[in-house]
Amino acid sequence: MSKWEQFKEQIVNSPVWQSMFRHGYDDTPRNRVLMVSGNVWLHLHPSKVRRHGVRLKFTWCMGGITFLMFLITIVTGVYLMFYYRPVAEYAYADMKYLEFDMPFGMVMRNMHRWAAHAMVIAVWLHMFRVFMTGSYKPPREFNWVVGVILLVLTLLLSFTGYLLPWDQLSIWAVTVGSNMARATPLLGHEGPFREFVGVNDVYDARALLFGGGEIGPHTLLRFYILHCVFIPLVTTVFLIVHFWRIRRDGLSGPPL
Amino acid sequence: MAAPNEPKVLATVGTAPAQLDKAVRVENTLRKARGPGDDKIHTWPHLVRVEFLCLLLVLAGMIIWSLLVDAPLEEPAAPTRTPNPSKAPWYFLGLQEILVYFDPWHAGVVLPSFIIIGLMVLPYIDINPKGNGYYTYKERKYEIQTFFIGFHVLWISLIIVGTFLRGPGWNWFWPWDPWDSHKVVALTSVDLPYVFGLRDYWVSAAFGLVLTSAYFVLGTILLYVWVVRKKGKEFMARWGMARFGLVSFLYLNMIAVVLKMVLRLGFNVQYIMVTPWINI
Repeated sequence: MSKWEQFKEQIVNSPVWQSMFRHGYDDTPRNRVLMVSGNVWLHLHPSKVRRHGVRLKFTWCMGGITFLMFLITIVTGVYLMFYYRPVAEYAYADMKYLEFDMPFGMVMRNMHRWAAHAMVIAVWLHMFRVFMTGSYKPPREFNWVVGVILLVLTLLLSFTGYLLPWDQLSIWAVTVGSNMARATPLLGHEGPFREFVGVNDVYDARALLFGGGEIGPHTLLRFYILHCVFIPLVTTVFLIVHFWRIRRDGLSGPPL
Repeated sequence: MAAPNEPKVLATVGTAPAQLDKAVRVENTLRKARGPGDDKIHTWPHLVRVEFLCLLLVLAGMIIWSLLVDAPLEEPAAPTRTPNPSKAPWYFLGLQEILVYFDPWHAGVVLPSFIIIGLMVLPYIDINPKGNGYYTYKERKYEIQTFFIGFHVLWISLIIVGTFLRGPGWNWFWPWDPWDSHKVVALTSVDLPYVFGLRDYWVSAAFGLVLTSAYFVLGTILLYVWVVRKKGKEFMARWGMARFGLVSFLYLNMIAVVLKMVLRLGFNVQYIMVTPWINI
Protein backbone atom coordinates (compact mmCIF):
# COMPACT_ATOMS: atom_id res chain seq x y z
CA MET A 1 0.00 0.00 0.00
CA SER A 2 1.46 3.31 -1.04
CA LYS A 3 1.80 6.30 1.26
CA TRP A 4 -1.00 8.07 -0.54
CA GLU A 5 -3.40 5.16 -0.16
CA GLN A 6 -2.54 4.84 3.52
CA PHE A 7 -3.27 8.52 3.96
CA LYS A 8 -6.57 8.17 2.11
CA GLU A 9 -7.51 5.17 4.21
CA GLN A 10 -6.82 7.12 7.36
CA ILE A 11 -9.04 10.00 6.29
CA VAL A 12 -11.90 7.79 5.12
CA ASN A 13 -11.81 5.77 8.34
CA SER A 14 -11.60 8.80 10.62
CA PRO A 15 -14.63 9.46 12.84
CA VAL A 16 -15.14 12.90 11.27
CA TRP A 17 -15.34 11.51 7.73
CA GLN A 18 -17.50 8.60 8.86
CA SER A 19 -19.90 11.00 10.54
CA MET A 20 -20.37 12.92 7.28
CA PHE A 21 -20.37 10.14 4.68
CA ARG A 22 -21.95 6.92 5.79
CA HIS A 23 -21.11 4.75 2.81
CA GLY A 24 -18.58 4.62 0.03
CA TYR A 25 -18.86 3.78 -3.62
CA ASP A 26 -19.14 0.01 -3.20
CA ASP A 27 -21.04 -1.39 -6.17
CA THR A 28 -23.40 -3.69 -4.31
CA PRO A 29 -27.19 -3.70 -4.60
CA ARG A 30 -27.50 -2.55 -1.00
CA ASN A 31 -25.08 0.32 -1.46
CA ARG A 32 -26.75 1.41 -4.70
CA VAL A 33 -29.98 1.85 -2.77
CA LEU A 34 -28.18 3.58 0.10
CA MET A 35 -26.57 6.02 -2.33
CA VAL A 36 -30.01 7.36 -3.16
CA SER A 37 -31.98 6.85 0.04
CA GLY A 38 -29.16 8.07 2.29
CA ASN A 39 -28.63 11.33 0.42
CA VAL A 40 -31.05 14.17 0.97
CA TRP A 41 -30.63 15.51 -2.59
CA LEU A 42 -30.64 12.22 -4.45
CA HIS A 43 -33.54 10.84 -2.46
CA LEU A 44 -35.79 13.08 -4.53
CA HIS A 45 -35.60 9.99 -6.74
CA PRO A 46 -37.05 6.61 -5.94
CA SER A 47 -34.14 4.21 -5.37
CA LYS A 48 -35.21 2.08 -8.34
CA VAL A 49 -36.75 3.22 -11.59
CA ARG A 50 -38.17 1.54 -14.63
CA ARG A 51 -35.63 1.08 -17.37
CA HIS A 52 -37.60 2.97 -20.03
CA GLY A 53 -38.06 5.95 -17.67
CA VAL A 54 -34.32 6.57 -17.67
CA ARG A 55 -33.80 6.82 -21.41
CA LEU A 56 -33.16 10.29 -22.73
CA LYS A 57 -35.32 9.70 -25.79
CA PHE A 58 -38.19 9.00 -23.44
CA THR A 59 -37.83 11.88 -20.95
CA TRP A 60 -35.91 14.44 -23.05
CA CYS A 61 -34.60 15.35 -19.56
CA MET A 62 -36.92 18.35 -19.75
CA GLY A 63 -38.25 18.25 -16.19
CA GLY A 64 -34.70 18.11 -14.88
CA ILE A 65 -33.62 20.95 -17.16
CA THR A 66 -36.54 23.07 -15.98
CA PHE A 67 -35.47 22.49 -12.38
CA LEU A 68 -31.86 23.25 -13.29
CA MET A 69 -32.96 26.55 -14.84
CA PHE A 70 -34.87 27.32 -11.65
CA LEU A 71 -31.71 26.70 -9.63
CA ILE A 72 -29.59 28.82 -11.99
CA THR A 73 -32.00 31.74 -11.68
CA ILE A 74 -31.90 31.43 -7.88
CA VAL A 75 -28.10 31.49 -7.74
CA THR A 76 -27.67 34.30 -10.26
CA GLY A 77 -30.71 36.11 -8.88
CA VAL A 78 -29.33 36.23 -5.35
CA TYR A 79 -26.10 37.61 -6.77
CA LEU A 80 -27.99 40.35 -8.63
CA MET A 81 -29.98 41.21 -5.51
CA PHE A 82 -26.80 42.34 -3.79
CA TYR A 83 -26.44 45.18 -6.30
CA TYR A 84 -29.98 46.11 -7.22
CA ARG A 85 -32.36 48.49 -5.45
CA PRO A 86 -36.06 48.28 -6.40
CA VAL A 87 -36.49 52.06 -6.29
CA ALA A 88 -37.42 53.99 -9.45
CA GLU A 89 -34.59 56.52 -9.01
CA TYR A 90 -31.92 53.84 -8.62
CA ALA A 91 -33.09 50.72 -10.44
CA TYR A 92 -31.90 51.64 -13.92
CA ALA A 93 -28.61 53.11 -12.65
CA ASP A 94 -28.04 49.90 -10.70
CA MET A 95 -28.53 47.92 -13.89
CA LYS A 96 -25.79 49.96 -15.59
CA TYR A 97 -23.64 49.63 -12.49
CA LEU A 98 -23.86 45.85 -12.36
CA GLU A 99 -23.33 45.60 -16.11
CA PHE A 100 -20.18 47.72 -16.22
CA ASP A 101 -18.66 47.77 -12.75
CA MET A 102 -19.58 44.63 -10.85
CA PRO A 103 -17.32 41.59 -11.15
CA PHE A 104 -19.16 39.10 -13.39
CA GLY A 105 -22.19 41.41 -13.26
CA MET A 106 -22.97 41.22 -16.97
CA VAL A 107 -22.56 37.48 -17.28
CA MET A 108 -24.68 36.93 -14.16
CA ARG A 109 -27.44 39.13 -15.54
CA ASN A 110 -27.23 37.42 -18.93
CA MET A 111 -27.41 34.01 -17.34
CA HIS A 112 -30.36 35.03 -15.17
CA ARG A 113 -32.30 36.27 -18.15
CA TRP A 114 -31.46 33.47 -20.56
CA ALA A 115 -32.11 30.82 -17.91
CA ALA A 116 -35.51 32.40 -17.27
CA HIS A 117 -36.37 32.23 -20.99
CA ALA A 118 -34.99 28.70 -21.23
CA MET A 119 -37.08 27.70 -18.21
CA VAL A 120 -40.27 28.82 -19.95
CA ILE A 121 -39.36 26.82 -23.06
CA ALA A 122 -38.23 23.78 -21.04
CA VAL A 123 -41.40 23.71 -18.95
CA TRP A 124 -43.52 23.77 -22.12
CA LEU A 125 -41.48 20.97 -23.65
CA HIS A 126 -41.74 19.04 -20.37
CA MET A 127 -45.52 19.39 -20.50
CA PHE A 128 -45.54 18.32 -24.14
CA ARG A 129 -43.40 15.26 -23.35
CA VAL A 130 -45.53 14.27 -20.35
CA PHE A 131 -48.60 14.59 -22.54
CA MET A 132 -47.09 12.51 -25.35
CA THR A 133 -46.15 9.63 -23.04
CA GLY A 134 -49.53 9.80 -21.31
CA SER A 135 -47.76 10.23 -18.00
CA TYR A 136 -50.65 12.27 -16.58
CA LYS A 137 -52.78 9.13 -16.50
CA PRO A 138 -53.49 7.30 -13.24
CA PRO A 139 -51.94 7.41 -10.72
CA ARG A 140 -50.35 10.73 -11.67
CA GLU A 141 -53.46 12.84 -12.43
CA PHE A 142 -52.99 15.23 -9.55
CA ASN A 143 -49.30 15.65 -10.23
CA TRP A 144 -50.22 16.95 -13.70
CA VAL A 145 -52.47 19.53 -12.01
CA VAL A 146 -49.57 20.56 -9.76
CA GLY A 147 -47.46 20.76 -12.92
CA VAL A 148 -49.95 23.13 -14.57
CA ILE A 149 -49.80 25.34 -11.47
CA LEU A 150 -45.99 25.29 -11.72
CA LEU A 151 -46.23 26.22 -15.40
CA VAL A 152 -48.34 29.27 -14.53
CA LEU A 153 -45.95 30.16 -11.69
CA THR A 154 -43.02 29.94 -14.12
CA LEU A 155 -44.70 32.45 -16.42
CA LEU A 156 -45.49 34.74 -13.47
CA LEU A 157 -41.92 34.54 -12.22
CA SER A 158 -40.61 35.52 -15.62
CA PHE A 159 -43.23 38.24 -16.06
CA THR A 160 -42.61 39.93 -12.69
CA GLY A 161 -38.87 39.86 -13.33
CA TYR A 162 -39.42 41.54 -16.68
CA LEU A 163 -40.20 44.86 -14.99
CA LEU A 164 -37.15 45.09 -12.74
CA PRO A 165 -34.56 46.56 -15.19
CA TRP A 166 -36.86 49.59 -15.32
CA ASP A 167 -36.09 50.39 -18.95
CA GLN A 168 -38.44 51.11 -21.84
CA LEU A 169 -38.63 47.45 -22.80
CA SER A 170 -39.65 46.36 -19.34
CA ILE A 171 -42.27 48.94 -18.37
CA TRP A 172 -44.08 48.78 -21.69
CA ALA A 173 -44.06 44.99 -21.89
CA VAL A 174 -45.46 44.81 -18.37
CA THR A 175 -47.97 47.56 -19.14
CA VAL A 176 -49.27 45.68 -22.18
CA GLY A 177 -49.27 42.39 -20.28
CA SER A 178 -51.07 43.79 -17.27
CA ASN A 179 -53.64 45.87 -19.12
CA MET A 180 -55.68 42.70 -19.48
CA ALA A 181 -56.33 42.83 -15.74
CA ARG A 182 -58.36 46.02 -16.08
CA ALA A 183 -60.65 44.17 -18.50
CA THR A 184 -61.41 41.39 -16.01
CA PRO A 185 -65.16 40.82 -15.86
CA LEU A 186 -66.59 42.30 -12.64
CA LEU A 187 -63.16 43.13 -11.17
CA GLY A 188 -61.58 45.40 -13.80
CA HIS A 189 -62.60 49.02 -14.38
CA GLU A 190 -62.88 48.44 -18.13
CA GLY A 191 -64.32 44.95 -17.90
CA PRO A 192 -67.90 43.90 -18.52
CA PHE A 193 -70.34 44.06 -15.57
CA ARG A 194 -67.99 46.43 -13.66
CA GLU A 195 -70.92 48.57 -12.55
CA PHE A 196 -72.16 45.78 -10.28
CA VAL A 197 -68.95 45.92 -8.24
CA GLY A 198 -68.13 49.60 -8.40
CA VAL A 199 -64.46 49.33 -9.34
CA ASN A 200 -62.56 52.32 -10.71
CA ASP A 201 -59.12 52.96 -12.19
CA VAL A 202 -57.35 53.09 -8.81
CA TYR A 203 -59.40 50.32 -7.24
CA ASP A 204 -59.61 47.21 -9.40
CA ALA A 205 -57.76 44.03 -10.34
CA ARG A 206 -54.98 45.87 -12.18
CA ALA A 207 -54.54 48.41 -9.36
CA LEU A 208 -54.06 45.47 -6.99
CA LEU A 209 -51.30 44.15 -9.24
CA PHE A 210 -49.73 47.59 -9.82
CA GLY A 211 -50.16 48.95 -6.32
CA GLY A 212 -51.88 51.96 -7.88
CA GLY A 213 -53.74 53.23 -10.93
CA GLU A 214 -50.71 53.42 -13.21
CA ILE A 215 -47.41 51.61 -13.48
CA GLY A 216 -44.89 53.44 -11.26
CA PRO A 217 -42.40 53.18 -8.39
CA HIS A 218 -44.98 51.37 -6.25
CA THR A 219 -45.30 48.76 -9.00
CA LEU A 220 -41.55 48.26 -9.07
CA LEU A 221 -41.43 47.45 -5.35
CA ARG A 222 -44.48 45.21 -5.61
CA PHE A 223 -43.09 43.24 -8.55
CA TYR A 224 -39.71 42.99 -6.81
CA ILE A 225 -41.24 41.37 -3.73
CA LEU A 226 -43.39 39.09 -5.89
CA HIS A 227 -40.42 38.15 -8.06
CA CYS A 228 -37.78 37.62 -5.38
CA VAL A 229 -39.76 36.37 -2.40
CA PHE A 230 -43.39 35.51 -2.83
CA ILE A 231 -43.57 33.56 -6.09
CA PRO A 232 -40.28 31.67 -5.52
CA LEU A 233 -41.61 30.52 -2.13
CA VAL A 234 -44.93 29.40 -3.58
CA THR A 235 -43.11 27.71 -6.47
CA THR A 236 -40.86 25.86 -4.02
CA VAL A 237 -43.88 24.57 -2.11
CA PHE A 238 -45.43 23.19 -5.29
CA LEU A 239 -42.08 21.81 -6.46
CA ILE A 240 -41.84 19.84 -3.22
CA VAL A 241 -45.27 18.34 -3.86
CA HIS A 242 -44.41 17.70 -7.53
CA PHE A 243 -41.19 15.84 -6.69
CA TRP A 244 -42.64 13.97 -3.77
CA ARG A 245 -45.50 12.70 -5.88
CA ILE A 246 -43.24 11.52 -8.69
CA ARG A 247 -41.07 9.77 -6.12
CA ARG A 248 -44.07 7.93 -4.69
CA ASP A 249 -45.70 7.08 -8.02
CA GLY A 250 -42.55 6.17 -9.91
CA LEU A 251 -41.05 7.88 -12.92
CA SER A 252 -43.34 6.46 -15.56
CA GLY A 253 -45.82 3.79 -16.49
CA PRO A 254 -49.01 2.36 -14.96
CA PRO A 255 -49.43 1.93 -11.17
CA LEU A 256 -46.69 -0.04 -9.49
CA MET B 1 -44.23 -1.00 -24.60
CA ALA B 2 -40.86 -2.28 -25.63
CA ALA B 3 -40.14 -5.79 -24.41
CA PRO B 4 -37.85 -5.80 -21.38
CA ASN B 5 -34.42 -5.81 -22.91
CA GLU B 6 -31.51 -7.80 -21.70
CA PRO B 7 -30.11 -5.79 -18.81
CA LYS B 8 -27.13 -3.89 -20.07
CA VAL B 9 -24.46 -2.45 -17.87
CA LEU B 10 -24.81 1.27 -18.35
CA ALA B 11 -22.10 2.45 -15.99
CA THR B 12 -19.11 1.40 -18.01
CA VAL B 13 -17.52 4.68 -19.02
CA GLY B 14 -14.17 5.11 -17.34
CA THR B 15 -14.57 2.00 -15.18
CA ALA B 16 -11.58 -0.24 -14.55
CA PRO B 17 -11.94 -3.88 -15.79
CA ALA B 18 -12.08 -5.34 -12.28
CA GLN B 19 -14.88 -2.98 -11.29
CA LEU B 20 -16.60 -3.68 -14.57
CA ASP B 21 -16.65 -7.41 -13.84
CA LYS B 22 -18.19 -6.65 -10.51
CA ALA B 23 -20.82 -4.38 -12.06
CA VAL B 24 -21.77 -7.18 -14.46
CA ARG B 25 -22.02 -9.61 -11.55
CA VAL B 26 -24.31 -7.23 -9.68
CA GLU B 27 -26.54 -6.83 -12.70
CA ASN B 28 -26.72 -10.59 -13.25
CA THR B 29 -27.58 -11.29 -9.62
CA LEU B 30 -30.32 -8.70 -9.81
CA ARG B 31 -31.70 -10.16 -13.02
CA LYS B 32 -31.96 -13.57 -11.44
CA ALA B 33 -33.60 -12.17 -8.32
CA ARG B 34 -36.50 -10.41 -10.03
CA GLY B 35 -39.31 -11.76 -12.11
CA PRO B 36 -39.41 -11.55 -15.90
CA GLY B 37 -41.85 -8.57 -15.98
CA ASP B 38 -39.81 -6.34 -13.71
CA ASP B 39 -37.60 -4.02 -15.72
CA LYS B 40 -36.56 -1.79 -12.83
CA ILE B 41 -32.99 -0.63 -12.47
CA HIS B 42 -31.14 1.22 -9.76
CA THR B 43 -31.35 5.01 -9.77
CA TRP B 44 -27.70 5.06 -8.76
CA PRO B 45 -25.81 4.83 -11.06
CA HIS B 46 -28.13 4.68 -14.07
CA LEU B 47 -30.44 7.67 -13.69
CA VAL B 48 -28.03 9.83 -11.69
CA ARG B 49 -25.45 9.42 -14.42
CA VAL B 50 -27.81 10.57 -17.17
CA GLU B 51 -28.96 13.52 -15.09
CA PHE B 52 -25.43 14.57 -14.22
CA LEU B 53 -24.24 14.46 -17.84
CA CYS B 54 -27.33 16.40 -18.87
CA LEU B 55 -26.62 18.99 -16.16
CA LEU B 56 -23.02 19.44 -17.28
CA LEU B 57 -23.97 19.86 -20.92
CA VAL B 58 -26.81 22.29 -20.30
CA LEU B 59 -24.80 24.30 -17.78
CA ALA B 60 -21.92 24.59 -20.24
CA GLY B 61 -24.38 25.66 -22.93
CA MET B 62 -25.90 28.30 -20.64
CA ILE B 63 -22.50 29.72 -19.73
CA ILE B 64 -21.44 29.97 -23.38
CA TRP B 65 -24.77 31.55 -24.32
CA SER B 66 -24.42 34.09 -21.48
CA LEU B 67 -20.87 34.96 -22.46
CA LEU B 68 -21.78 35.47 -26.10
CA VAL B 69 -25.16 37.20 -25.99
CA ASP B 70 -25.96 40.15 -23.75
CA ALA B 71 -29.39 40.61 -22.21
CA PRO B 72 -31.17 43.64 -23.65
CA LEU B 73 -31.27 46.93 -21.79
CA GLU B 74 -32.95 49.86 -23.49
CA GLU B 75 -33.10 53.51 -22.43
CA PRO B 76 -34.54 54.32 -18.99
CA ALA B 77 -38.25 53.89 -18.42
CA ALA B 78 -40.28 56.85 -19.68
CA PRO B 79 -43.97 56.46 -18.83
CA THR B 80 -44.91 59.27 -21.22
CA ARG B 81 -43.20 57.80 -24.29
CA THR B 82 -45.06 54.76 -25.57
CA PRO B 83 -43.06 52.73 -28.08
CA ASN B 84 -44.85 51.51 -31.19
CA PRO B 85 -45.39 48.59 -31.19
CA SER B 86 -45.58 47.85 -27.46
CA LYS B 87 -45.21 44.12 -27.07
CA ALA B 88 -45.75 41.93 -24.01
CA PRO B 89 -43.00 39.40 -23.12
CA TRP B 90 -42.69 36.89 -25.97
CA TYR B 91 -44.47 34.04 -24.16
CA PHE B 92 -47.64 36.15 -23.91
CA LEU B 93 -47.62 37.29 -27.54
CA GLY B 94 -50.04 34.54 -28.58
CA LEU B 95 -52.56 36.10 -26.20
CA GLN B 96 -51.74 39.60 -27.44
CA GLU B 97 -52.26 38.34 -31.00
CA ILE B 98 -55.79 37.10 -30.26
CA LEU B 99 -56.59 40.62 -29.01
CA VAL B 100 -56.97 41.36 -32.71
CA TYR B 101 -59.90 38.99 -32.82
CA PHE B 102 -61.45 39.28 -29.34
CA ASP B 103 -62.05 42.00 -26.74
CA PRO B 104 -59.54 42.25 -23.86
CA TRP B 105 -61.81 40.63 -21.25
CA HIS B 106 -62.17 37.65 -23.59
CA ALA B 107 -58.65 37.33 -25.00
CA GLY B 108 -56.83 38.42 -21.87
CA VAL B 109 -58.88 36.93 -19.06
CA VAL B 110 -61.47 34.37 -20.13
CA LEU B 111 -59.48 32.44 -22.73
CA PRO B 112 -56.29 32.17 -20.59
CA SER B 113 -58.47 30.91 -17.73
CA PHE B 114 -60.00 28.33 -20.05
CA ILE B 115 -56.52 27.25 -21.15
CA ILE B 116 -55.39 26.77 -17.55
CA ILE B 117 -58.61 25.03 -16.51
CA GLY B 118 -58.55 22.89 -19.65
CA LEU B 119 -54.99 21.77 -18.92
CA MET B 120 -55.82 21.03 -15.29
CA VAL B 121 -58.87 18.87 -16.02
CA LEU B 122 -57.08 16.95 -18.78
CA PRO B 123 -56.22 13.85 -16.66
CA TYR B 124 -59.82 13.65 -15.45
CA ILE B 125 -61.59 13.98 -18.79
CA ASP B 126 -59.27 11.58 -20.61
CA ILE B 127 -60.40 8.12 -19.51
CA ASN B 128 -58.44 6.21 -22.14
CA PRO B 129 -56.31 3.78 -20.11
CA LYS B 130 -53.96 3.12 -23.03
CA GLY B 131 -50.76 4.98 -23.76
CA ASN B 132 -49.66 5.30 -20.14
CA GLY B 133 -45.90 5.49 -20.05
CA TYR B 134 -44.98 5.07 -23.71
CA TYR B 135 -45.22 6.94 -27.00
CA THR B 136 -48.12 6.01 -29.22
CA TYR B 137 -50.21 7.83 -31.79
CA LYS B 138 -52.59 5.04 -32.79
CA GLU B 139 -53.96 4.39 -29.32
CA ARG B 140 -54.58 8.07 -28.52
CA LYS B 141 -55.36 9.72 -31.87
CA TYR B 142 -57.99 12.20 -30.67
CA GLU B 143 -56.15 13.33 -27.55
CA ILE B 144 -53.00 14.01 -29.52
CA GLN B 145 -54.87 15.80 -32.32
CA THR B 146 -56.63 18.06 -29.81
CA PHE B 147 -53.38 18.85 -28.03
CA PHE B 148 -51.77 19.53 -31.40
CA ILE B 149 -54.41 22.13 -32.33
CA GLY B 150 -54.24 23.81 -28.93
CA PHE B 151 -50.52 23.76 -28.27
CA HIS B 152 -48.81 23.80 -31.65
CA VAL B 153 -51.30 25.38 -34.01
CA LEU B 154 -52.70 28.00 -31.66
CA TRP B 155 -50.29 28.71 -28.81
CA ILE B 156 -46.94 28.32 -30.59
CA SER B 157 -47.80 29.64 -34.03
CA LEU B 158 -49.60 32.69 -32.63
CA ILE B 159 -46.51 33.47 -30.57
CA ILE B 160 -44.46 33.29 -33.77
CA VAL B 161 -46.91 35.63 -35.52
CA GLY B 162 -46.93 38.07 -32.59
CA THR B 163 -43.16 38.05 -32.26
CA PHE B 164 -41.99 38.19 -35.86
CA LEU B 165 -44.86 39.35 -38.04
CA ARG B 166 -46.42 42.21 -36.08
CA GLY B 167 -44.99 45.72 -36.32
CA PRO B 168 -46.13 49.29 -35.59
CA GLY B 169 -49.85 49.60 -34.93
CA TRP B 170 -49.86 45.81 -34.51
CA ASN B 171 -50.06 45.68 -38.31
CA TRP B 172 -48.83 42.73 -40.28
CA PHE B 173 -45.25 43.07 -41.58
CA TRP B 174 -43.37 40.29 -43.34
CA PRO B 175 -39.78 39.95 -42.20
CA TRP B 176 -38.59 41.66 -45.40
CA ASP B 177 -41.04 44.60 -45.07
CA PRO B 178 -39.59 47.74 -43.47
CA TRP B 179 -41.49 48.78 -40.32
CA ASP B 180 -43.45 51.80 -41.52
CA SER B 181 -45.14 53.39 -38.53
CA HIS B 182 -47.37 55.42 -40.88
CA LYS B 183 -48.70 52.37 -42.69
CA VAL B 184 -52.39 52.90 -43.36
CA VAL B 185 -54.63 49.90 -42.98
CA ALA B 186 -58.32 50.46 -43.71
CA LEU B 187 -60.49 49.43 -40.76
CA THR B 188 -63.45 48.21 -42.72
CA SER B 189 -64.53 45.32 -40.56
CA VAL B 190 -68.23 45.09 -39.74
CA ASP B 191 -70.27 43.04 -37.30
CA LEU B 192 -71.81 39.81 -38.48
CA PRO B 193 -75.47 40.92 -38.01
CA TYR B 194 -74.67 43.91 -40.26
CA VAL B 195 -73.36 41.57 -42.94
CA PHE B 196 -76.74 39.83 -42.86
CA GLY B 197 -78.49 43.15 -43.44
CA LEU B 198 -79.72 43.72 -39.90
CA ARG B 199 -79.67 47.39 -38.91
CA ASP B 200 -81.79 47.50 -35.75
CA TYR B 201 -79.70 47.38 -32.56
CA TRP B 202 -81.81 44.96 -30.53
CA VAL B 203 -82.60 42.72 -33.49
CA SER B 204 -78.84 42.51 -34.15
CA ALA B 205 -78.16 41.69 -30.50
CA ALA B 206 -80.80 38.95 -30.52
CA PHE B 207 -79.42 37.57 -33.77
CA GLY B 208 -75.90 37.43 -32.37
CA LEU B 209 -77.08 35.81 -29.17
CA VAL B 210 -79.03 33.16 -31.05
CA LEU B 211 -76.10 32.49 -33.37
CA THR B 212 -73.62 32.13 -30.52
CA SER B 213 -75.93 29.87 -28.52
CA ALA B 214 -76.66 27.84 -31.63
CA TYR B 215 -72.94 27.35 -32.18
CA PHE B 216 -72.50 25.81 -28.74
CA VAL B 217 -75.74 23.79 -28.74
CA LEU B 218 -75.33 22.43 -32.28
CA GLY B 219 -71.62 21.89 -31.74
CA THR B 220 -72.31 19.84 -28.62
CA ILE B 221 -74.99 17.76 -30.36
CA LEU B 222 -72.73 17.15 -33.36
CA LEU B 223 -69.86 16.13 -31.11
CA TYR B 224 -72.19 13.80 -29.18
CA VAL B 225 -73.39 12.09 -32.34
CA TRP B 226 -69.84 11.82 -33.65
CA VAL B 227 -68.51 10.30 -30.42
CA VAL B 228 -71.37 7.78 -30.22
CA ARG B 229 -70.84 6.78 -33.83
CA LYS B 230 -67.05 6.51 -33.47
CA LYS B 231 -66.77 4.97 -30.02
CA GLY B 232 -70.22 3.54 -29.31
CA LYS B 233 -72.94 4.14 -26.71
CA GLU B 234 -71.10 2.07 -24.14
CA PHE B 235 -68.12 4.43 -24.24
CA MET B 236 -70.35 7.47 -23.87
CA ALA B 237 -72.00 5.93 -20.79
CA ARG B 238 -68.59 5.31 -19.29
CA TRP B 239 -67.38 8.82 -20.17
CA GLY B 240 -70.39 10.41 -18.50
CA MET B 241 -72.23 13.66 -19.21
CA ALA B 242 -70.09 15.82 -16.92
CA ARG B 243 -66.88 14.86 -18.70
CA PHE B 244 -68.45 15.08 -22.13
CA GLY B 245 -69.99 18.49 -21.39
CA LEU B 246 -66.66 19.87 -20.19
CA VAL B 247 -64.78 18.49 -23.18
CA SER B 248 -67.37 19.82 -25.59
CA PHE B 249 -67.42 23.30 -24.03
CA LEU B 250 -63.64 23.65 -23.97
CA TYR B 251 -63.22 22.16 -27.43
CA LEU B 252 -65.84 24.46 -28.95
CA ASN B 253 -64.15 27.47 -27.33
CA MET B 254 -60.85 26.42 -28.84
CA ILE B 255 -62.34 25.95 -32.29
CA ALA B 256 -64.16 29.29 -31.89
CA VAL B 257 -60.77 31.03 -31.78
CA VAL B 258 -59.88 29.51 -35.14
CA LEU B 259 -63.32 30.33 -36.61
CA LYS B 260 -63.16 33.92 -35.40
CA MET B 261 -59.74 34.32 -36.98
CA VAL B 262 -61.02 32.96 -40.29
CA LEU B 263 -64.07 35.25 -40.16
CA ARG B 264 -61.93 38.28 -39.39
CA LEU B 265 -59.08 37.69 -41.81
CA GLY B 266 -61.17 36.22 -44.61
CA PHE B 267 -64.47 38.06 -44.29
CA ASN B 268 -63.73 41.26 -42.34
CA VAL B 269 -66.12 40.35 -39.55
CA GLN B 270 -65.58 42.27 -36.29
CA TYR B 271 -68.05 40.80 -33.80
CA ILE B 272 -70.53 37.96 -34.01
CA MET B 273 -72.56 39.07 -31.03
CA VAL B 274 -72.99 42.72 -30.02
CA THR B 275 -74.81 43.52 -26.78
CA PRO B 276 -74.69 46.55 -24.45
CA TRP B 277 -72.52 44.54 -22.05
CA ILE B 278 -70.24 42.27 -23.96
CA ASN B 279 -69.19 41.75 -27.56
CA ILE B 280 -68.01 38.44 -28.86
